[in-house]
Amino acid sequence: MTFNRVLTLIGLAILIALPTFIPPYFLHLVIQILLWAFIYTAWALMGRFGFVSFGHGAFMGIGAYVPALLWNYYDLTPWIGIPLSLGISVLLAIIIGYPCFRLKVVGHYFALVTLALSQVVLLSLVAARDVTGGSLGFTQKTVGHSWYALQFPDKGYFYGIAVVLWLIGLLAWQRIDHGISREALEAISEDEDAAAAVGINVLREKLRVTVISAALTALGGAIYGQYIMYLNPETVSGIAVSLQIVFASIAGGVYSLLGPTVGSLLTLSLTEGLRVWFGANFIGAANTIYGILLVLCIIFMPQGIVGTIEGIKARRRRMAKPSAAPSNVRT
Amino acid sequence: MLSLASVSAGYGSFQALFGVSLEVPKGEAGGVIGPNGAGKTTLMRVISGLIPMQEGVMTMDGRPVGGLPAHRMVEQGIAHVPEGRRLFPRLTVEENLRIGAFIPQARARFADQLDWVYTLFPRLKDRREQAAGTMSGGEQQMCAIGRALMSKPKVLLMDEPSAGLAPLVVQQVFDLVRRIREEGLTVLIVEQNVQQVLDVVDRAYLLEVGSIKLSGSAAELKNNSFIRQSYIGL
Amino acid sequence: MDIYLLEAIINRILLGGVLALLALGLNLIFGVIDVVWIAYADIVMCGMYALYFLYAEYGVPLPVACLIAIIGVSILGVVVHLLIIAPVLNSPPLNQLLATGGLLFFLQSFATLLFGTDFRNIGVRLPILEFATMYISFARLIAFMVGLIGAVVLYLFLKRTYIGTAIRAIAQDRDIVGLMGVDQRRIYLVTSAIGGALAGLAACLLALQYDVHPFIGNTFGPVIFMICVLGGLGNMIGGFAASFIISQIIAIGGYYSNTEWSYVLAFTFFIVLMFIRPRGLFAR
Repeated sequence: MTFNRVLTLIGLAILIALPTFIPPYFLHLVIQILLWAFIYTAWALMGRFGFVSFGHGAFMGIGAYVPALLWNYYDLTPWIGIPLSLGISVLLAIIIGYPCFRLKVVGHYFALVTLALSQVVLLSLVAARDVTGGSLGFTQKTVGHSWYALQFPDKGYFYGIAVVLWLIGLLAWQRIDHGISREALEAISEDEDAAAAVGINVLREKLRVTVISAALTALGGAIYGQYIMYLNPETVSGIAVSLQIVFASIAGGVYSLLGPTVGSLLTLSLTEGLRVWFGANFIGAANTIYGILLVLCIIFMPQGIVGTIEGIKARRRRMAKPSAAPSNVRT
Repeated sequence: MLSLASVSAGYGSFQALFGVSLEVPKGEAGGVIGPNGAGKTTLMRVISGLIPMQEGVMTMDGRPVGGLPAHRMVEQGIAHVPEGRRLFPRLTVEENLRIGAFIPQARARFADQLDWVYTLFPRLKDRREQAAGTMSGGEQQMCAIGRALMSKPKVLLMDEPSAGLAPLVVQQVFDLVRRIREEGLTVLIVEQNVQQVLDVVDRAYLLEVGSIKLSGSAAELKNNSFIRQSYIGL
Repeated sequence: MDIYLLEAIINRILLGGVLALLALGLNLIFGVIDVVWIAYADIVMCGMYALYFLYAEYGVPLPVACLIAIIGVSILGVVVHLLIIAPVLNSPPLNQLLATGGLLFFLQSFATLLFGTDFRNIGVRLPILEFATMYISFARLIAFMVGLIGAVVLYLFLKRTYIGTAIRAIAQDRDIVGLMGVDQRRIYLVTSAIGGALAGLAACLLALQYDVHPFIGNTFGPVIFMICVLGGLGNMIGGFAASFIISQIIAIGGYYSNTEWSYVLAFTFFIVLMFIRPRGLFAR
């Protein structure tokens, strides 16, 4: 325990000192990794309980577009725009989630309903091209360094924000992991009817975790939008982004605190690494390898990378303690 | 004809059968009785290849058949009427029968077999275009047996044919079993309805916790005091 | 009724025929193997590329090129089953969904790598028919007819043959078909081959009307899932009907506004209907 604490402290120290010694390109990469890690963690809040949403691209899109549009058209500060976008996302999550959970839309059907949601947001953004610039995207008005507009030419600021966000994500994950909600949600994911029979308010538990997940995803989208400044429907919403969120989270492992972060770290460094490796001559090469790895990962490591490593560690521990009875023998 | 020697099997790490041996001679009917959870259904599923055999020897007409997958067992002449009938509910009666004749040997003589099954069970002929799931329990049992007969099996396995049926229909089902025996088929039947089953079989086995506790001719078992007390309730 | 609206409706009904083919293929695979092929539309994309290269680049006569494309995609279906679906058959549904999702990523990127992001057209210019002052796309008319014929052939196959009966049986009770002498794995392969062939056929029909590019699957993939779910996953007749309903919503929406809004409308309609009829429009 103490050893872990020391490791955590060292990790935090490195994290704080990081911007002082790495080149801007890598800082840019780390910011992206952290922001996506936050979004993946937010997705995993639901995903770990088997509520697989293919609609988080919708929340991310709303989070990114709403504050940016309000800023460009009405000079409204993101300090108001972001909470507004969070509110809209939560509202949307409830509009979709409530009937879904009430009517027990689960499994494939839930995945496909949420997929439709992400298409609705994507296509609306494209269709409203007079306002949003359609599939060409649009760029936010820049005002230089400004807390009011949440714009910082110096990446260090965004780095700080990304670290804070990421920690908030981990905190939310832990709160749910250690709270009573976790047991309730696990029971629900095992068997909804049985969970309801023992007095768990299935609807409320599911809705709560969905709302938290949607709000955090929107927040991630908003900060991501503030950071990259140029918004395009395809890069912040839609089926591609939704799938990316699902895959990276699963690849890292949704059952462990750092799983989604590892997913973000690996997928982004992989795509970046492959992009640099292959250069611009081989567009698609990086994603081709990425796709193959995804399939292999799902076939051979369904628990995700972190989950698989933890599984191996647990097996070692069991082997080290031969007195412990193997748990998989039924009597 | 069908013979099992020290057959063991189970699901994963859970063992359900421990060295079961039994013999069903040609033209005879064997019965397996025993309480719930004794492994009766597992035994049937092992014989028909739905569950792999872990140990032991199983032969049909002296040829070893143990370890074949279910779809190969049918080719060996073993047909299985599963517990709960398990018809394909949205296929018509005739389609259910046709799928019973899926193996190439059976396809060749489909028309003859169909005629035979329809003579055995004229009711099925009346209902040939009806979705199997919409029939009564007794009719469904007929269809399930008919479906198994379509492959022209040498041995017919029946798993709890009377389960879930009304008493009057149970009587009909056992009459069906007698009809099939008259056709010269070899039958192995698993039942909880001990009294009834001992009336239609030649030889019976008592299965408890995965092993054979008692065996003998139907008459012997009917007079066995343990069976009378525990299973017939006399 | 407005003549232009009628024109839009007729053209969309005709397009519905192709969507119906795809819905049939996806539903068949789902009903039999119990796996949703998220990458189905991208398998269609492969077929479109195959046709493009065979016909436009290598000059293979169109009917022969179509035939090769259909057979090729059918084989691709079998390969996908063996390499990706078979290993995850006993995994949770979610992992199956993700495995085929990974395939989607792979196919799109691999196509980008091989062919670049250019839009390519096979260059078959079919006439526009004028009928009672309405303009109707001949390509769509062909697509509709062929789609309908494909559906009928599939229906007869499922209804009249032993394999077809086994395919329908396995969708109703997969555990016991072995007792009928049916080898499950073989049926899965046949089903994947048929699903692939339907995708290949749809690819040929779509290539007559649209340019092919690596991401074309994203434009109609989600619509196909929506159609399948609306019809009830695994319910082939429901899917067939739903494809025409969705086509109409898109047609009428597109007539009054633009295409994107009409798709927004269709997806919203889908979400709302899922709440009213959670198991599909035609749930039993």
